[in-house]
Amino acid sequence: MTAQSCPRQHCATTMDSAALEPTLYTVKAIFILDNDGNRLLSKYYDPDLYPSMKEQKNFEKNVFNKTHKADNEIAFLEGMTIVYKSSIDLFFYVVGSAQENELMLMAVLNCLFESLSQMLRKNVEKRTLLDNMDGVFLVVDEIIDGGVILESDPQQVIEKVNYRADDNPLSEQSVAQVLQSAKEQIKWSILK
Amino acid sequence: MIKKFDKKDEESGSGSNPFQHLEKSAVLQEARIFNETPINPRRCLHILTKIIYLLNQGEHFGTTEATEAFFAMTRLFQSNDQTLRRMCYLTIKEMANISEDVIIVTSSLTKDMTGKEDVYRGPAIRALCRITDTTMLQAIERYMKQAIVDKVPSVSSSALVSSLHMVKMSFDVVKRWVNEAQEAASSDNIMVQYHALGLLYHLRKNDRLAVTKMLNKFTKSGLKSPFAYCMMIRIASKLLEETEGGHDSPLFDFIESCLRNKHEMVVYEAASAIVHMPNCTARELAPAVSVLQLFCSSPKAALRYAAVRTLNKVAMKHPSAVTACNLDLENLITDSNRSIATLAITTLLKTGSESSVDRLMKQISSFVSEISDEFKVVVVQAISALCQKYPRKHSVMMNFLSNMLRDDGGFEYKRAIVDCIISIIEENPESKETGLAHLCEFIEDCEHTVLATKILHLLGKEGPRTPTPSKYIRFIFNRVVLESEAVRAAAVSALAKFGAQNDDLLPSVLVLMQRCMMDSDDEVRDRATFYMNVLQQKQKALNAAYIFNAHVSEQWLLNGLLAGLSVSVPGLEKSLHQYTLEPSEKPFDMKTVPLATAPITEQKTEIAPVATSKLPEKLAPSRQDIYQEQLAAIPEFQGLGPLFKSSEPVQLTEAETEYVVRCIKHTFANHMIFQFDCTNTLNDQLLQRVLVQMEPSEAYEVLHYVPAPSLPYSQPGSCYSLVRLPEDDPTAVSCTFSCTMKYLVRDCDPNTGEPDDDGYDDEYVLEDLEVTVADHIQKVLKPNFGAAWEEIGDEFEKEETFALATVRTLDEAVNNIITFLGMQPCERSDKVPENKNSHVLFLAGVFRGGHDVLVRARLALADGVTMQVTVRSTDENVVDVILASVG
Repeated sequence: MTAQSCPRQHCATTMDSAALEPTLYTVKAIFILDNDGNRLLSKYYDPDLYPSMKEQKNFEKNVFNKTHKADNEIAFLEGMTIVYKSSIDLFFYVVGSAQENELMLMAVLNCLFESLSQMLRKNVEKRTLLDNMDGVFLVVDEIIDGGVILESDPQQVIEKVNYRADDNPLSEQSVAQVLQSAKEQIKWSILK
Repeated sequence: MIKKFDKKDEESGSGSNPFQHLEKSAVLQEARIFNETPINPRRCLHILTKIIYLLNQGEHFGTTEATEAFFAMTRLFQSNDQTLRRMCYLTIKEMANISEDVIIVTSSLTKDMTGKEDVYRGPAIRALCRITDTTMLQAIERYMKQAIVDKVPSVSSSALVSSLHMVKMSFDVVKRWVNEAQEAASSDNIMVQYHALGLLYHLRKNDRLAVTKMLNKFTKSGLKSPFAYCMMIRIASKLLEETEGGHDSPLFDFIESCLRNKHEMVVYEAASAIVHMPNCTARELAPAVSVLQLFCSSPKAALRYAAVRTLNKVAMKHPSAVTACNLDLENLITDSNRSIATLAITTLLKTGSESSVDRLMKQISSFVSEISDEFKVVVVQAISALCQKYPRKHSVMMNFLSNMLRDDGGFEYKRAIVDCIISIIEENPESKETGLAHLCEFIEDCEHTVLATKILHLLGKEGPRTPTPSKYIRFIFNRVVLESEAVRAAAVSALAKFGAQNDDLLPSVLVLMQRCMMDSDDEVRDRATFYMNVLQQKQKALNAAYIFNAHVSEQWLLNGLLAGLSVSVPGLEKSLHQYTLEPSEKPFDMKTVPLATAPITEQKTEIAPVATSKLPEKLAPSRQDIYQEQLAAIPEFQGLGPLFKSSEPVQLTEAETEYVVRCIKHTFANHMIFQFDCTNTLNDQLLQRVLVQMEPSEAYEVLHYVPAPSLPYSQPGSCYSLVRLPEDDPTAVSCTFSCTMKYLVRDCDPNTGEPDDDGYDDEYVLEDLEVTVADHIQKVLKPNFGAAWEEIGDEFEKEETFALATVRTLDEAVNNIITFLGMQPCERSDKVPENKNSHVLFLAGVFRGGHDVLVRARLALADGVTMQVTVRSTDENVVDVILASVG
């Protein structure tokens, strides 16, 4: 081509390589939305990426609008690679830079989903998730630390978090049981 | 009971979110139970979760209330409930920046980090490092070192990752943990390996030798973690690029061997690394392309996406390497993931034949509305590339682009389309009218000021030269009536160009101009008045100087007259300031102002790659303004006048030598300064009093050397030489200097950098440095060359004919002339149309001292290339210089 275009080409290659800078900081953001696109949990690890809450929520809205209709697993929006997965009324997203290895992001997403699925005993839906929100926070904390992948094996994550889910329904059940047995006792005492 | 309530809510279908109506004040109120004894772990846990949830929703906590809650939370460390404790760590991390005195928990966290409960230790380390600063870090240094080599993987990983976060803040402290990190790298746990590798690299990345050694060690020992492999591939390809080593190096072999790894992640990383390497040959690409081809039929969408995205990249440079995958790509056209389908189609457009273009375009238009803007830009890029490859298809493309232009879309997308249309217009004269018509239609309803002004500028440039210029006037004048100030101003400039070039339109343009003089914006009024006056003179030379060849892009920054001059704005500001400081009788001389550098405003369509679309466009001072600043700071270089031109750096050493020296040539009116940027690559030497001695071959006189006082290992330093240009012979523009670097060597300890007391003088011979005619000429763009040619007149015109025997093609000849003279090609004459035997090249520039110079070179291809050069300038010497140097 012309002599003029050479510096620009050079520019392009250096930009590419700058982006492939070896680093452990793989994940730019991670978030879980409900089926109306409302944020249930979200973490941004790159302080330069959407520093304000407003920008973050706009980004989430945009991502949700573009992804919630088709379960396509991967998208490229606002210069970022986004891998995602949905389950009943929940949407899970992992965001990385345009040059990031898509499979690494997938590994994070799968780990997040598998861990939550195990923790919530396969009830990966909004209500159960919110009832065990503390466990969800802990799971995310064990998978990613400041953008670095801390663990990618769901089994390990579950062991580390060591969280007993469905605590609440159990206790509720026990209250019901207590009531039931009290009723029985009363019944028997009346019958007697 | 509350739970029951919620359940009912859910059944009745309203509010299934227990956190939905949380009130911050109510939650903080509840947090008081943290102070109750005994602690109720379940309730406290629930409240902490609410607090974290609120923070996560972006609720703002004031410093006082946050601090209060934080201090209450510290009491919960008394409880031994595991989940509660872990939630405390999370709260600490979340509140680290909003609460005061968070260091209060340091001792509790240190206790947990060194305690017996393994589940607490990792998270405690991470929370602790989050609230620690450099001074406190030294206090816990001992624990951190132990934790890094701890046998429990989660503890080791946590310590390594936290150390990595601390590198930014306390590099010097973390650097001392290299040995521990090294030990951790040989751990059996795959995540520990990965984290250790990452930390080691971050600590050593400025020491290429250490990185190479580390990489050698790990490639031999064979890590198990796929993540670590990906990291190593990235390190290896970065090293390869820095050393510019051939692809026969062991690093390349390592990357290639990773193509056979059992993890897809690693295979993909390796393939992607090979594809991104500059100067990769087709043979080296082949194995990478074939694994990507396999991935194309994977059931995993992410893998298909990754593969086709990378293949798309290959196709930009090596379309033939991808043709083997055409069949697989065809299958992806109907992929349900539209991103994958789009990438597949755009790749095929690059690799396929001309006959398949129509079919593919049809396919893509069926779903173009479904894809995101980013991918629409990819489509436009592909079309742009296609138009260059198959110029005959431009009507199909133009049609498609105009449809896309009518759709909704963001700025980047529209800009890409407009740029693409403009480039088609420039490449294919026969598409000009249709293209301009589409763009006219677009600006009728365009919300982007930048695009509107750009199109108006184009209309002003191209419109007057079309067969029926009058039809564009309506569109342009509509802008004057309807748009914002910037667009109105651009419209006025465009109108003026029609008036200046079409005599029969002039009366109507003047009427319209009259109306613009009543505009509410002063810039628009100023312009209208200015053009009105120029146009009324009816002088071709004036028109040429102030209307066609004005820099419109800068025009609305500057007022009227200035716009006609291509000077650098910061330079002008400085000169004027200088002028007001020194009272003098002389009028201000415009020629003392440095010229605007890099006049690449003749925009060849440049569609930014998708990834960079987020980069802010800063208005940075140009490179030359920076040099001017630096040189002005050196007392020896006072009084040389403004800097005329700075050359690109010239390497005076081979890449892999002890000392690396490159030279930048700064040209002034009567002097030159040579700036030598030297780097010492020997870590056992300190160089002092470094200067480069120069022996000129011609009557150049070296006046002064400014040495670099000291040159420690790997820290670049600059020394300068000041040279006077021969005054008696103005045509002596080229000269060869033999250069020798002289310096005092002091040996030093490679580890500490402590030098010996005494040193010895030494020298090092550098390659010769050439000063050529190009160093005396600054590029200047004349958008309308013909007008400029007439303006300058034939007073000092000279003509000569040369035979270029060694040149085989017109393209080669054109490129040689441009590089040799260092002048700006105008009217896109640097592009030689295919299958032509003759060509005319127009070049414009300014010679040192501020004389305009224009060159017209007629080239004819016979056996060799015959060239007839006509030079015009405002100064006779300059004409002689140019002809003498070409000969």
